[in-house]
Amino acid sequence: MFSFSLTRLNEPCSRYVLRAGGLALLIFAGVSVASANDSVTGATIGYTCMGCHGVNGQSPGPIPSIAGQSAERLTTQMMAYRDGSKSGTIMNRIAKGYTPEEIKAVAAFFAQQPAK
Amino acid sequence: MTMNRRNFLKTSIGVAGAASLSACSMNKMASHSGRKAHVVVVGGGFGGATAAKYIRQFDPNIAVTLIDAHANHVTCPFSNLVLAGEKTMADITMNFDSLRSQHDVNVVQGLVTEIDGVNRKLKLADGQTFTYDRLVLSPGIDFKYEAIEGYSAKVAANQMPHAWQAGSQTELLRRQLEAMPDGGLFIMSAPANPFRCPPGPYERASLVASYFKKHKPKSKILILDAKSKFAKQGLFEAGWQSEYPGMIEWVSMDMGGAVNQVDPAMMTVTAADVHKGNVVNIIPPQKAGKIAFDSGLTDQTGWCPVNQKTYESSLVPNIHVVGDSSIAGPLPKSGYSANSEAKICAAAIVALVNGRSAPEPSWVNTCYSLVAPDYGISVASVYKYEEGKTVSVKGAGGVSPKNGNKRLEAVYAQGWYDSITQDIWKS
Repeated sequence: MFSFSLTRLNEPCSRYVLRAGGLALLIFAGVSVASANDSVTGATIGYTCMGCHGVNGQSPGPIPSIAGQSAERLTTQMMAYRDGSKSGTIMNRIAKGYTPEEIKAVAAFFAQQPAK
Repeated sequence: MTMNRRNFLKTSIGVAGAASLSACSMNKMASHSGRKAHVVVVGGGFGGATAAKYIRQFDPNIAVTLIDAHANHVTCPFSNLVLAGEKTMADITMNFDSLRSQHDVNVVQGLVTEIDGVNRKLKLADGQTFTYDRLVLSPGIDFKYEAIEGYSAKVAANQMPHAWQAGSQTELLRRQLEAMPDGGLFIMSAPANPFRCPPGPYERASLVASYFKKHKPKSKILILDAKSKFAKQGLFEAGWQSEYPGMIEWVSMDMGGAVNQVDPAMMTVTAADVHKGNVVNIIPPQKAGKIAFDSGLTDQTGWCPVNQKTYESSLVPNIHVVGDSSIAGPLPKSGYSANSEAKICAAAIVALVNGRSAPEPSWVNTCYSLVAPDYGISVASVYKYEEGKTVSVKGAGGVSPKNGNKRLEAVYAQGWYDSITQDIWKS
């Protein structure tokens, strides 16, 4: 469901995504949620990350920016935090809170944000 | 002055038309005239300001008015660094300019005195009235002064500050700590659960200790606690031992730490024993903000029960309560929680206004505490929605490991502050 709705977004809406950041994604995510029942969208998870990683993943301070990185790289890193093969200060504890599908969805969300 | 929704829209159009001759102004006018709902947000702190921004971002066709009693918001996070002399009040003071200029939020300064949930109206102390389709209330905390004999709002403002709402009492407590002689005693009382910022009192003790260590090394800190355990306790106690040996004493409830009386004239604090301090910081037990009580939004716990998916009050329809005043399941009363809750609430309101069901939520809380300006520790949790409840995701979250990188976590504490304040007030 996620990959379907996000892939669908990537193509025709990329202009909107770039211009309006998460807005277009959330509106579409809302639509996709209606058909995806109880799935959490990558956008919904993504907004909770911004408290540390900055607006749309563009960090203004010393916490790493995650906006505009490839979805593959973000997924690999989150999965490595999740299984403990990569050590962070706090990310191991946070990454364990998500399923692999949720990690892929939030990685796709931040991959769509303009890099800082 | 009475301002109903139609007048509000007219005024907004007038302002947009008069203020801007750019190509954007036509779009702006069009969007104003086509607005489908008016959301009023009460409170411009971590919860309210986030809700206002994100409702506008998620659906520009919803008009948002934000009402706050003050022209600025002074953040509780990092106010302990002001007490330690490491930050200034200016560093922790946020304004609402971005909400106005970048999100077209109608920001109004005033005190909400009355909410009429039946007719969806509210009134300010100066007589202004507003109507709303949905109301977001994020009033923060109020104090149970009466739980401690001799304590009151007046005593707090003048002699024994709580400084648990950042502002003038933060400045008062800082002045008192600066004036305290070396070798003096700083007494703090920590409240029973639940209260704003569970690790906050212990971070405060730590950062005041860092100030004493540099400037008044013979001084002592006594924490009298109405609890027998506290957030990040093992990490704090290890830090106190390594950074400030012998300086901080914590008296748990079990050991007679619960404060039941103060005497501001004598500067005494009574728990199981009577203690006399040079500076006294009483953090009283807490409850939801006053307007939540006055509007019938609280239950017998003194906090506001809400639908965990939308934050709509279980008691009054069309009013959503976020932040410290709400009962948000296992989410602690923190700025990060309020920000996370407000985004879920904003998405839910936008969905409901547009005739959709609220999206499936997901939350994070991350709280950094500073044991010293260069010594950070953290706690994190991830939450999901399950059968009508907010639950912690099992196997995730927890506190920093004992051998964690304290220096880097202190850097990230600053990074967190930079990011979350930008998210809420500066973008």
